[in-house]
Amino acid sequence: MKVLVPVKRVIDYNVKARVKADQTGVDLANVKMSMNPFCEIAVEEAVRLKEKGVASEIVAVSVGPTQAQETLRTALAMGADRAILVQTDQDLEPLAVAKVLKAIVGEENPELVLMGKQAIDGDNNATGQMLAALLDWPQAAFASEVVVEGGKAKVTREVDGGLQTIDVNLPAVVTADLRLNEPRYASLPNIMKAKKKPLDVKELGSLGVDTAAKLKVVKVTEPPKRSAGIKVETAADLVSNLKTAGVL
Amino acid sequence: MAVLVIADHDNATLKDNTHKVVTAAQAIGGDVDILVAGTNTAAIAAEAAKIGGVRKVLTAESAELGQGLAEAFQDLVVGLAGGYDAILTPATTQGKNFSPRVAAKLDVAQISDVIEVVSPDTFVRPIYAGNALETVQSSDAKKVLTVRPTAFKAAAEGGSAKVESVSAPAAPAKTHFVDQKIVKSARPDLGAAKIVVSGGRAMGSAEEFQKVIEPLADKLGAAVGASRAAVDAGYAPNDYQVGQTGKVVAPELYIAIGISGAIQHLAGMKDSKVIVAINKDPDAPIFQVADFGLVADYKTAVPELMGALG
Ligand SMILES: Cc1cc2nc3c(=O)[nH]c(=O)nc-3n(C[C@H](O)[C@H](O)[C@H](O)COP(=O)(O)OP(=O)(O)OC[C@H]3O[C@@H](n4cnc5c(N)ncnc54)[C@H](O)[C@@H]3O)c2cc1C
Ligand SMILES: Nc1ncnc2c1ncn2[C@@H]1O[C@H](COP(=O)(O)O)[C@@H](O)[C@H]1O
Repeated sequence: MKVLVPVKRVIDYNVKARVKADQTGVDLANVKMSMNPFCEIAVEEAVRLKEKGVASEIVAVSVGPTQAQETLRTALAMGADRAILVQTDQDLEPLAVAKVLKAIVGEENPELVLMGKQAIDGDNNATGQMLAALLDWPQAAFASEVVVEGGKAKVTREVDGGLQTIDVNLPAVVTADLRLNEPRYASLPNIMKAKKKPLDVKELGSLGVDTAAKLKVVKVTEPPKRSAGIKVETAADLVSNLKTAGVL
Repeated sequence: MAVLVIADHDNATLKDNTHKVVTAAQAIGGDVDILVAGTNTAAIAAEAAKIGGVRKVLTAESAELGQGLAEAFQDLVVGLAGGYDAILTPATTQGKNFSPRVAAKLDVAQISDVIEVVSPDTFVRPIYAGNALETVQSSDAKKVLTVRPTAFKAAAEGGSAKVESVSAPAAPAKTHFVDQKIVKSARPDLGAAKIVVSGGRAMGSAEEFQKVIEPLADKLGAAVGASRAAVDAGYAPNDYQVGQTGKVVAPELYIAIGISGAIQHLAGMKDSKVIVAINKDPDAPIFQVADFGLVADYKTAVPELMGALG
């Protein structure tokens, strides 16, 4: 079974994003960038499926700038077999990314697309579900456990109120939630090996996909600041302060 | 103009999130209809019909809708979309599950987690864990939005909308429900509670979490939340996670106990009215957003707090 894993290069999760003074966006100059954490979880799951003998090939794909090659190399070092970069300097909306991924699915014919539930830059939580809809495939979003067997994936999902298990026929789209696994660190030998694995670069334009933006970013602003309050000495002080504040 | 609001419910009762999304719909303007899809819809629709300013309530009933299968919701909502200029869904796990499919089928953007309606085509949403707010203007003829309920006041009751049933779509052929484990709790919903008490990694075990956090929550009539670290370690169920990638809460009072205050956690609670932090590390980042900070070991501070509450 071939597994396609879309991965996104985003601001590192430890870095606090800063809004640009001209309100056009977030300042990403000289900021540490990494693979989106949910995409790491998706790669890890694909690698585990391969280790179990369920997956035969893992193809990582990213839609983004030249530097996204580094993100793909990370996926290769974790255990993906090959990688595809759809190169563009445009910042694409989830629907456009989903259309690009649909075109790649058309070329690669995977039986499973394993991706992150959310990219921590735009916080959209939309691309996987959109890809499933465009392909008319079933989806299992927010997965915390995936078992592939007999042409189906049995997926446990994090839902409002607890956990739900569903069966989806393959091919399907599965999006990873935090509890699916704990991604491995790539070892030095694997990082070296990853440099020799195939990484194919395609220009976005060559796919013939309509990626025009549907939204215009009017401005990006800072949220209202919350200032630190006071330190109280005892639990009794705390209670009297809360009573004064009218919340008890 | 007509706006469709997808109701939030658990196949038993209507959730207040619905009232809040109705407020967002009214800010867009035009007629507002509510769709109740699932099982037991007659009773839920009767509650929805009481929300003020609603034109009508539509019901669709099937097992698959009751199970929340995304494919079933997609087919139903896309089928109804012709009559609407905007489709608004609460940004719950369930809303996030199907709404992007609807947007993709309609070939429009989904605007996720809307916190403000600026005008019928312009919306504000948080990005980067709430460290930036993005104002976007949509060029799509139909708007598909998920709405963050905590950012809107609940629409008042006092309506008497008519209820109409619409036919449910065929069962999805390629997705099947197996089972579910829903955590039953007598406490208020995290999203709707006036007070939330959350525990973090400091609890060290599920037993300790139950021993420390739950009695305090019971005493305050509060909902219980948790940090990701506490959920990952199995101290609390996944549904308790507050944060960028969990639940967003904005209660009157949020009490964080043994939680450091990582940006991902702050993203889910920093709009609370009053924030209290109990942490033994005076430099914990949670103190930067806390109105009242108590630097102490929770093992002594929480029993003292219980005592002081009387
Ligand atoms: C992609 C991604 C998404 C994430 N999403 C979320 C999310 O939605 N929600 C979320 O919460 N996190 C999220 N996180 C995790 C986040 O980065 C932090 O790791 C997490 O919030 C830490 O949890 P914590 O504060 O309980 O643990 P820690 O950071 O370990 O903090 C424990 C705190 O307890 C204090 N403490 C220890 N013992 C005591 C004691 N006896 N008495 C008093 N205080 C004590 C310590 O001083 C410390 O400050 C996410 C991370 C990633 C990468
Ligand atoms: N530019 C991109 N390239 C590859 N994958 C992406 C891209 N954008 C989003 N994705 C995938 O879609 C998931 C959800 O992203 P989003 O819908 O933007 O929150 C991510 O975890 C990735 O797996």
